[in-house]
This record gives sequence, structure tokens and C-alpha cells, in this order.
Amino acid sequence: MSLTVEMTTNQNVLCIRLAGELDHHTAEDLRNKASQIIETEGIRHIILNLGELTFMDSSGLGVILGRYRQIHSYGGEMVVCAISPSVHRLFEMSGLFKILRLEPSEEAAMHGLGVITR
Amino acid sequence: MKNSMNLEFSALSQNESFARITVASFVAQLDPTMDELTEIKTVVSEAVTNAIIHGYESDPKGIIYISVSMDLEEETIELSVRDKGIGIRDVEEARQPLYTTKPELERSGMGFTIMENFMDEIMIESSRGEGTTIRLMKNLSKSKAFSK
Repeated sequence: MSLTVEMTTNQNVLCIRLAGELDHHTAEDLRNKASQIIETEGIRHIILNLGELTFMDSSGLGVILGRYRQIHSYGGEMVVCAISPSVHRLFEMSGLFKILRLEPSEEAAMHGLGVITR
Repeated sequence: MKNSMNLEFSALSQNESFARITVASFVAQLDPTMDELTEIKTVVSEAVTNAIIHGYESDPKGIIYISVSMDLEEETIELSVRDKGIGIRDVEEARQPLYTTKPELERSGMGFTIMENFMDEIMIESSRGEGTTIRLMKNLSKSKAFSK
């Protein structure tokens, strides 16, 4: 069991798609990859697509919160989409919805951030 | 009838998924719901991660001990995760939501809160320099409905 991290950028928006299991073991790789792109590509907003995520624990909350803090210091926003009921519960428990916006799909998230997609 | 199992393994992060999958397949005999199975996997992951990061401070020479005991009639699960690490200085403080001693590692401080929410009972025994044992109890929803 592992985590697949797919990242694409569109203007100043980084879209992170996670598939598999996000725990302490896999969080470090995600942290390194994402924070490097955020710094080098001048990323302002993040869309987190969790549609293919099959497991997540509090280590996942930590790495998500860490990336939020990274872009928040530049005035950026984080949008989460395609979230499963169990991940939804963890987000709710930790109060993450107070700082992240929830959207049903990546397209809706892009639209909400004012990115023009074709 | 009771059924139990014991597991011990090195305090390595790649064993977090091994531990939760092994416990989940053992308790599958009780035919838990998908939600219950996710809850059990999550709490195993939380307790094992705590033992690795906090108990053994990421020293892979540490050994983590898990024992699971189930009552097949009562449909109850008792899970314990034990380490022989440094112990918790202040258990009450550690249980507070969002409290962490390792913010630099991007720890969310939600481990104990999740364990408390996903299980029916939690007991934490810890002594400095000797280690920590987390005991977690859960009644499956079917047995709760039956006893009404």
C-alpha cells in the first residue's frame, strides 16, 4: 500500500491528486514534493483532489495543514474536492473546514478560484 | 468464544500500513461494517504512529507490540498497542485536541482525539522511561442494536 501523488499547475494554482493511503509513512514524500513546487513555481492556491484516497489518518491532516500554512502566508486559498465520508469526518473533527473550502469537483474548485479552463 | 492474536514488529513507518491491515483482517471475523473497519484501521495507525514518533523518537530499533482480543458472541474488540519507549510526560495534556510536542514534524495533534472518537473506551498507561500502553475497546454496532 502506498500513495500516488500527481501534481499539475495551472497559472498560480497547484492541483494535487492523491491516490492510495496517506499516513505518516507516505506524508513525508507528499510534503517534500508539494512544498518544493509551491516554492519554485510561485503557487498561490491549492486544489486537493482526494477522490482516489482510500485511507487517511492524522498524519494526513498534518501535511495538509502544513501546505495550507505555506500558501496562506502568500494570501492563498486551499480548496478540497471529491472527499470521502471518512475523510470528511476527520476534517470536521479537526476543524479543517474552518480554513479550507469544500467543492464537489476539480472543475468547480477551479471555477471558484477564477481559473479559466477549457 | 474468544479469539486473540499478538503482533510485534520494528518501529518503522512502513509497518504502519502492515499493522492496520493485519488488525483489520483479524477483526473481519466479526463482520464489522465498512465504517467500523475504517475506524479500527485509523486508530491502529494513530497508536502505532505515536509509538514510532513519540515513544521511540523514530529509532527503528524500537519494538511495537499489538494485541487484539475479540469476544465473538458479544462482538467486542479489545486492542492494545504498547511500546517500551520514553513514555508520555503529561497524559492529560497529550489528549488535548491539536496539542503536539512535535509541530516541526507537522504533527496535527489529533491522534488521541481520533482514538477517543472512533472507539468506545480508551485507557492510557504511561511511565517515563518505561513506555506507553494504549488500550482501546469497541462494541460493534450490531451487538449494540441486539442488546436494546
